[in-house]
Amino acid sequence: MELREFKLPDLGEGLTEGEILGWLVAEGDTITLNQPIVEVETAKAAVEVPSPYAGRVVKLHHDAGSTVDVGSPIITVDTAPGDAPGDGMVPDADAPPVPSPSPADLVPTLPDTQEVGAGLIGGAAPGGRTAVLVGYGPRTTTAVRRARKQSAPAAPEAPAVARGKALAKPPVRKLARDLGIDLTSIAGSGEGGTVTRADVQAARTPAAQGVPRSGDVRVPIRGVRKLTAQNMVASAFTAPHVTEFLTCDVTATSELVGRLRTLPEFADVKVTPLLLVAKALLVACRRHPELNASWDEAAQEIVLHGAVNLGIAAATPRGLLVPNVKDAGSLGLPGLAAALTALTQTAREGRTAPADMAGGTITITNVGVFGVDTGTPILNPGEAAILCVGVIRPTPWVVDGQIVVRDVTTLGLSFDHRLVDGQLGSQFLADIGAMLSDPARLLAWS
Amino acid sequence: MTPKSAPPRAAAREAAFPPDVADIPPVLDEVELVQLLTPEGERVPHPVYDRYLADVDDETLRSLYRDLVLVRRVDVEATALQRQGELGIWASLLGQEAAQVGSGRALLPQDYAFPTYREHGVAWCRGVDPLALLGLFRGATNGGWDPREHGFHLYTIVIGSQTLHATGYAMGIAMDGAVGDADGAATIAYFGDGASSQGDVNEAFVWAAVYNAPVVFFCQNNQWAISEPLERQTRIPLYQRARGFGFPGVRVDGNDVLATLAVTRKALTDARTGQGPTLVEAFTYRMGAHTTSDDPTRYRLSSDLEAWKLKDPIERVKAHLARGGHADAEFFASVDADADVLAARVRTGCLEMPDPGPLEIFEAVYADPTVQISQQRQGFSTYLDGFAEESA
Repeated sequence: MELREFKLPDLGEGLTEGEILGWLVAEGDTITLNQPIVEVETAKAAVEVPSPYAGRVVKLHHDAGSTVDVGSPIITVDTAPGDAPGDGMVPDADAPPVPSPSPADLVPTLPDTQEVGAGLIGGAAPGGRTAVLVGYGPRTTTAVRRARKQSAPAAPEAPAVARGKALAKPPVRKLARDLGIDLTSIAGSGEGGTVTRADVQAARTPAAQGVPRSGDVRVPIRGVRKLTAQNMVASAFTAPHVTEFLTCDVTATSELVGRLRTLPEFADVKVTPLLLVAKALLVACRRHPELNASWDEAAQEIVLHGAVNLGIAAATPRGLLVPNVKDAGSLGLPGLAAALTALTQTAREGRTAPADMAGGTITITNVGVFGVDTGTPILNPGEAAILCVGVIRPTPWVVDGQIVVRDVTTLGLSFDHRLVDGQLGSQFLADIGAMLSDPARLLAWS
Repeated sequence: MTPKSAPPRAAAREAAFPPDVADIPPVLDEVELVQLLTPEGERVPHPVYDRYLADVDDETLRSLYRDLVLVRRVDVEATALQRQGELGIWASLLGQEAAQVGSGRALLPQDYAFPTYREHGVAWCRGVDPLALLGLFRGATNGGWDPREHGFHLYTIVIGSQTLHATGYAMGIAMDGAVGDADGAATIAYFGDGASSQGDVNEAFVWAAVYNAPVVFFCQNNQWAISEPLERQTRIPLYQRARGFGFPGVRVDGNDVLATLAVTRKALTDARTGQGPTLVEAFTYRMGAHTTSDDPTRYRLSSDLEAWKLKDPIERVKAHLARGGHADAEFFASVDADADVLAARVRTGCLEMPDPGPLEIFEAVYADPTVQISQQRQGFSTYLDGFAEESA
């Protein structure tokens, strides 16, 4: 048994830390020299790190999702497994810590003679295999990112707070009410869990900044959450937003969706009302190209985009992402359906590549999937408009003076008032509504 | 601007909303690409360049293949070593092996190459030990090899400045009279598509043209200057720029080692015999990151990468050798084995590389030591000795 620690190197130039995106090996695995072991994201790049040792993985020092300082050990490898008694057992995570090796120890043991040592290229490797590098050698950094595993926030260590009705005497209840303190949020110290006056007073003591209240969970802001926050703040306080709403009868669209699903062209793709909303938006963009535009503050220019890169806001395991379909306007309806299916599928699996999110020109957010009627969406930064699609509900609707049940939805459109005036924005929204109410117009304007 | 020369309204609108690059009408000529070996490994004849491959027999073909594989293997190992903290940084040549080996093998001993920091394949052809390259990226040396011994200048990090060095050196060759004969000499300057926008490069073109300097400008157009795409460097094919400076330009398939060898041989022959400079644009693709500090997934589409994978510079030579019966499975296996041995040697050598002594920085400041440098060296040496006493 010969234990080697591998410390996180400076993967860029002058970096101090990196985030473990995911382990590609597990404790107990037998690994070869230069086998990719971990994916690390630094401020500069997400890269796969190849192992400097061959042997068996004894310990992974950090979980996926944790941020690790450069120079701290990330993995311990037994480069001579089978040498010590008791080997072959699952390594004990509670084993005494391995002494930190000196920098020289980071150099793998190399044989003094020309003979190829165990674990080196051509030499014997654990498990009776020969450590060879297939083809031209280890994989280089690929242009593919793995899904980021989202670690659930740690459960609070504070004593569990009894939910439901709290026990307290009436004067204590009044005190709590006067102070604006929720009794159920206080762990009672009195008999049988009763909340006492002292408990309320203690809860009132202004919590020093950063000290969590009982039951609070503090989640570090990073990754997609951080990016989302920056984008939303930048957008909300840069582009003056106007939001308009239109409630419309989309019964014909619902029927069309049902009809399209039976056609062989759509056999392999998902046909949803969103597909027709997207198509209507694309047609409306052709009629009003000013909505498919950007405000270039630096150049003092309005950029009218030649192609519509249609963004779809997607709730994913990584958080809110807005991948887009490149040049969506050039796609036929089956092509668009396939693109939307692929895009949502990729996003849901957490495999959306950064390039898929870059270069969007207009966005749809479908809050209807959550059963919500409408919202006032915030623009994806750099875009002039975002369309919010609500849930489609059977609703009493007036048709020819009669109340009948129709499929009705509410569309919400936010636009950047710097480059889109109310009239233009209204026409755009009304056009989309008209096409969804009467798909014949979709054909007429296509 | 005077009102007289103010642009008409339409032009002003055009300026405010420039058309997409794709909308720009075709330029000067049709774009010509010299290709002698297709991605499928088929040898196609060429009226001009075939004669420059007259001596390429099966043995030469196999040795070209071997160079390509070994160079790639070293590059992959160096990338791994950087990820393991053994190199500060590494600039991968992945995808550009043919452009480098093809042009490197076209050089004669009397020629002199001026590389960027990515010409590991040219270094290999000039007999520079890969370990010497790694020493630079490990921070163990500021140079790594004797440029005069190999006719291969030190790596140049500043973008494009080596084109001026190559031009100046070439003008020196001409002034020495070592040009115009069969045994004349030439220089070759390596640079990329990004460098083509540099002032230095354009100045080098002017000097080389008007002095008819024996220099070959070898541009590896790998489509990306870190994250900037080619569209941000030029609106015409790069090789066509040479016409404006007054010398020939040619675009060669940079993933075709035979075409690159032939085109570079012609350009070098022209230079050595007094015909002046040539711009060779080797059309290729940077398959990896700009350097190990870069993450190309942030700015380019994987579909482009997939398309270029089909044009791999090594696979087409392998296909040509195998299908033509120029090499058997045993040969390919032996090359792979050689590559693994080389990689192991590079790894061991890198890990065992001694740190430079603190006094080494004084050694190469001037050709002849000066009083000041000697004094500084003496003072620093005394200072270091103080530590030795303390620890003793």
